Amino acid sequence: MRELLHRKLERTAIGFVLAIIVAASVGGIVEIAPLFTIDETVEEAEDMRLYTPLELAGRNIYIREGCYACHSQMIRTLRDEVERYGPFSLAVESKYDHPMLWGSKRTGPDLARVGGKYSDFWHVAHLTNPRDVVPESNMPAYAWLARTPLRLDDLGSHLQAQRSVGVPYTDEMIENAARDAFGQAVPDSEQASGVTERYGEETQVSAFDGVTTRVTEMDALVAYLQVLGRLTKAAYQNTAAPEQPPNPND
Amino acid sequence: MGQLTTRERDVAAAILIVLAIIGIAMAVAGRADPLGVHGAIVLLYSMALMYLIMSTSFGPAPDPSRISRYYDDPIKVGVWFTLFWAIFGMFIGVWAAAQLAWPSLNFDTAWASFGRIRPAHTTGVIFGFGGNALIATSFHVVQRTSRARLADQVSPWFVLFGYNLFCILAVTGYFMGVTQSKEYAEAEWYADLWLVIVWVTYFVLYIRTLARRREPHIYVANWYYMAFIVVVAILHIVNNLTVPVSLGHAKSYTIWAGVQDSMVQWWYGHNAVAFFLTAGFLAMLYYYLPKRAERPIFSYRLSILSFWGITFFYMWAGSHHLHYTALPHWVQNLGMTFSVMLLVPSWASAGNALLTLNGAWHKVRDDATLRFIMMAAFFYGLSTFEGSFLAVRPVNSLSHYTDWTVGHVHAGALGWVALITYGSLYTLVPAIWKRERMYSAALVEVHFWLAFAGTLIYVFAMWNSGVIQGLMWRTYTEEGTLSYSFVDSLVAMYPYYIARAFGGLLFLIGAVVATYNIWMTVRGAPVVSGERHDDLPLAAPVPEGAATSPAE
Repeated sequence: MRELLHRKLERTAIGFVLAIIVAASVGGIVEIAPLFTIDETVEEAEDMRLYTPLELAGRNIYIREGCYACHSQMIRTLRDEVERYGPFSLAVESKYDHPMLWGSKRTGPDLARVGGKYSDFWHVAHLTNPRDVVPESNMPAYAWLARTPLRLDDLGSHLQAQRSVGVPYTDEMIENAARDAFGQAVPDSEQASGVTERYGEETQVSAFDGVTTRVTEMDALVAYLQVLGRLTKAAYQNTAAPEQPPNPND
Repeated sequence: MGQLTTRERDVAAAILIVLAIIGIAMAVAGRADPLGVHGAIVLLYSMALMYLIMSTSFGPAPDPSRISRYYDDPIKVGVWFTLFWAIFGMFIGVWAAAQLAWPSLNFDTAWASFGRIRPAHTTGVIFGFGGNALIATSFHVVQRTSRARLADQVSPWFVLFGYNLFCILAVTGYFMGVTQSKEYAEAEWYADLWLVIVWVTYFVLYIRTLARRREPHIYVANWYYMAFIVVVAILHIVNNLTVPVSLGHAKSYTIWAGVQDSMVQWWYGHNAVAFFLTAGFLAMLYYYLPKRAERPIFSYRLSILSFWGITFFYMWAGSHHLHYTALPHWVQNLGMTFSVMLLVPSWASAGNALLTLNGAWHKVRDDATLRFIMMAAFFYGLSTFEGSFLAVRPVNSLSHYTDWTVGHVHAGALGWVALITYGSLYTLVPAIWKRERMYSAALVEVHFWLAFAGTLIYVFAMWNSGVIQGLMWRTYTEEGTLSYSFVDSLVAMYPYYIARAFGGLLFLIGAVVATYNIWMTVRGAPVVSGERHDDLPLAAPVPEGAATSPAE
């Protein structure tokens, strides 16, 4: 009987295509749609911050250079991972991440909580030539980042596009995107104070690449690496064994 | 292109003019942005094709009797694209592998650093090599099994050249740092939009050709090609919904975020494996295996079971890429369950292929081409078993994030996808160029052993490194602290990274040998005299058991 039915189906191309669409749609609909409707999927975190324009620019450099191909940003709920990298990752920590950068491969270590574990200076040295600080490393060198000025003029449109996909940037943030990016990397400038006003007291304002005369791609990437895992403290409140987030000022 | 009529040339020229205008618009809007460079590439590409169309337009009018024959010209060009992308993609792969062992091999340039060439490798082999092979063979198979000529003469060219423009935009983009960072969907919004247009044309062409078939039933291979075309369209569109920063920016932001984005991405990622790298290539298997072995497919019922099993189960399996992550447990459980169940239809296909060879094993021994196909079916069975195994959560806790995944993917990509492709090409090339045989059977034999040895070295190296890595990360001392630093595990990887690069190099050399052999076949192998019966769509009545053996 079933064979007979299939024999009929084989005689109609359009019918066959419709059958394929029906069969192939079920799995995706059942697994994806509820992720938007079940409240527990993404935890609440009152203290969740947004990426500053400089951090967002750094994130885009991280994407551009394909860092995600070798570094994950997702600490799994396994003992050895929590002990090696810190509290396991929560969904809320990437709720503003368009796209997420959870990764699929660790040729290098996980970076979900790398923020604050090393100094800015270490990151600059490491990115300039990884083998200067980790002799065994096989990571590419990114020395040219420190020589490349960061494009600031279009950061407003980046924030605008982020807002249109659901990240709650305010008009004021969009208007001041370029100023804030400059101010975050040049602590002594008059633009610096606006950054913490708009993005919260926890925001790190620092001469990331050590040079305060201009803003480079190195500034942006280091600012991004230093904020990883520090947009919210939710993960530190949820673990069985409470742990303090890293504080570079200690 | 000698078979194009004047009117068809006009249509093609009109399309190319529109494309050239789009290229100019992109170049102007993008200016210094990589989008501007891509505009220039689009412009040059359309001008080059325009030159090709124009330079042959004053030749003699096409032979009216062409309509009663199959349309093989686009397939021939598709074969060359396939061979080119194979060498390009595999070369980049070997280079990327070597960089992991010797990091200075990027020569301190941005464009050649690992993070940028890695997507160039994956796109080059999956979409360049695999995609062109699928398009070329689908044009061949749909005509032969339907006993009908392709529905028209312009759209096959549009699909072929349009698709390769997508591949060129994608790969050149990565070198410039243009990427969405979504694995296997890295190309940016404008390339994605272009691919949608190309893909819809492909779908319409395929359905129209099927509608002209002189066989009452649609042959199994075409089920798989249809599933490949339809489902890849769905996956591509959903995963690539983005908002560009502006019309002058190559950069865009996906509408999906965080945990939902991870699920959409791996629903896409895993089913790119399912419907691009499995369904499409199973279509090749279902046509070229019975042709080459000269035996009908073992079981029609098994074919039905495995087709619908694959189409239904695979779409649930993507979440096994996200075990122990912030993805809710219930989705992880569904992904694991369906991944294990997938073994049934997968092994039904692999078993069906191997049982088809029962009674023809002496041919497998003597004919390296058939051995390519047999070994592909074997590796298909091996890597689908491994896939179900790795999807089990506790196993995944060890294997995920390690080289084991890379080894698994390459058991599938080299052992299954590339071997079935070359087996099909060695069958297809003499058929469409009307040669009695390949230029050199010995070179096919050499290629087989290079490919086989390369795959084994690659896969064993990655199995070893992956398991060692996974174990080192979770080894504890007696005091209850972690035994190894991350760097310790990296140091242990170097010998395997060197072995892997060597295995890949053997495979690349095999691809070069294949290209040479095919080139020489087209240039000089003995030509078949007269018209073969399978060159005429109207020949031969429907044979008995048409559902299990491909029609002529």
